[in-house]
Amino acid sequence: MKPAKFDYICAATVEDVAEVLGEHGADARVLAGGQSLMPMLSMRLSRPQVVVDITRVPHLDGMRIEDDHLFVGAVARQQSLAGVADLATRFPLLSQALPWIGHYQTRVRGTVVGSLAHADPSAELPLCLVAMNGEINLRSPRGSRRVRAEDFFKGTMLTDMADDEFIQSARFPVAKPTDRFAFREVGRRHGDFAIVAAAAVRDDTGIHVTVGGVNDVPFRRRFDGLEVHDIGDAVSELAAELDTRSDLHASAALRRQLVRSLASDTLKEVLS
Amino acid sequence: MRRIPANEQVRVSVEVNGRVVTGQAESRTLLSDFLRHELGLTGTHVGCEHGVCGACTIRIDGDIARSCLKLAVQVEGASIETIEGLAPAPDSLSVLQQAFVEHHGLQCGFCTPGILISLDTLLRNEPNADEMRIREVLSGHLCRCTGYTPIVKAALAARDRLKELD
Ligand SMILES: Cc1cc2nc3c(=O)[nH]c(=O)nc-3n(C[C@@H](O)[C@H](O)[C@H](O)COP(=O)(O)OP(=O)(O)OC[C@H]3O[C@@H](n4cnc5c(N)ncnc54)[C@H](O)[C@@H]3O)c2cc1C
Ligand code: FES
Ligand code: FES
Repeated sequence: MKPAKFDYICAATVEDVAEVLGEHGADARVLAGGQSLMPMLSMRLSRPQVVVDITRVPHLDGMRIEDDHLFVGAVARQQSLAGVADLATRFPLLSQALPWIGHYQTRVRGTVVGSLAHADPSAELPLCLVAMNGEINLRSPRGSRRVRAEDFFKGTMLTDMADDEFIQSARFPVAKPTDRFAFREVGRRHGDFAIVAAAAVRDDTGIHVTVGGVNDVPFRRRFDGLEVHDIGDAVSELAAELDTRSDLHASAALRRQLVRSLASDTLKEVLS
Repeated sequence: MRRIPANEQVRVSVEVNGRVVTGQAESRTLLSDFLRHELGLTGTHVGCEHGVCGACTIRIDGDIARSCLKLAVQVEGASIETIEGLAPAPDSLSVLQQAFVEHHGLQCGFCTPGILISLDTLLRNEPNADEMRIREVLSGHLCRCTGYTPIVKAALAARDRLKELD
């Protein structure tokens, strides 16, 4: 349970990070809150030659409202979300999902962006980013580019990031007063990753549900024009479309059942 | 940009419980091992070494951290508090520690250092934390002995006592 050897680089600027990734590519790993990377290093699931620590880069810890979005810098902590003014009204989904993201202890250290980069299919923040139509800002020695949430997540711990890219920031849009959001999750114990999580959104573009913990990326499905009495059929369709599998945590049948009941609960909430 | 090559040992200077101390570390040395093996502070326990059990919890610059999820080289210049720093004097216990004794908040004591650091931090930041909040914070720790109920009782008693003293 000790990491294999690596060169440690403590980056002082964003340019440093880009330079290291430009030079080492896939042999380098960015270290943010360490709540996922450190266990992977200790279990030797990850054996990078270079670890580049971004926690001391100035100004990367920003979390502020800008152009109707919550701007989240690469090392802003998950727990800092709790300090965003009017989180519950301006970012209802983040507010509802926050207590489900691991434990208080891991939220104090883990970063929002680190969770997005890690792209665990059961993680709450990737689900929120997809459900909210958020955006990722990538940086590399070649420059910067923006990627929409739905194009960013590619598979289990697989994203659109190239080997020389890292996430400089992420953006979550502010909710309009008329938008409705609901979030539900079932896990084994408090603080565990979700077995299934669901988020329903109703806004001026329509109604949709995003499901986490089942497919290898957060799965979003539109239900425009849905009425309360159609919810039963809608969630059965949704459960059938998903790639439900059995694993150590739950059987495929239990997962389908959880999808139906969590999607149904969240849809009822946004339609009521 | 500071670089520590894989095969080098470097000096790490850090303030621990109010004293600046120095030790040797490799880039890959976990902070938990640095505290225990290099600084001899064996009060910080190591259960799982992958962030799940919470036994290794300490405070870095005022915020809690699992020390097995930090590298020793990351805390250069930081200020750390460990379980050894919790008691006000060698022959007396903190209010929270005393409450653990009185309410049987520990049996084998393996999980205790980490739990004490988390609860001490909680009661500092949120002196009115209710039972739900205490249980929520406690969920970041595993205890195989107590069943948690005595720990919750101890935390509630400490909270009330601290408020009286305030
Ligand atoms: C006990 C425990 C319970 C947990 N429970 C949950 C849970 O219920 N839900 C949940 O979602 N998470 C959970 N987590 C994981 C969560 O705490 C992590 O914080 C998160 O997954 C990663 O964030 P981090 O800042 O710690 O990133 P790190 O661990 O530092 O990095 C994670 C990965 O992302 C990469 N990375 C980080 N930042 C960047 C960047 N800016 N650009 C490019 N790549 C980057 C790293 O190279 C690494 O591959 C849990 C962790 C623990 C220890
Ligand atoms: S030893 Fe660090 S959390 Fe278990
Ligand atoms: S007292 Fe033994 S593990 Fe908690």
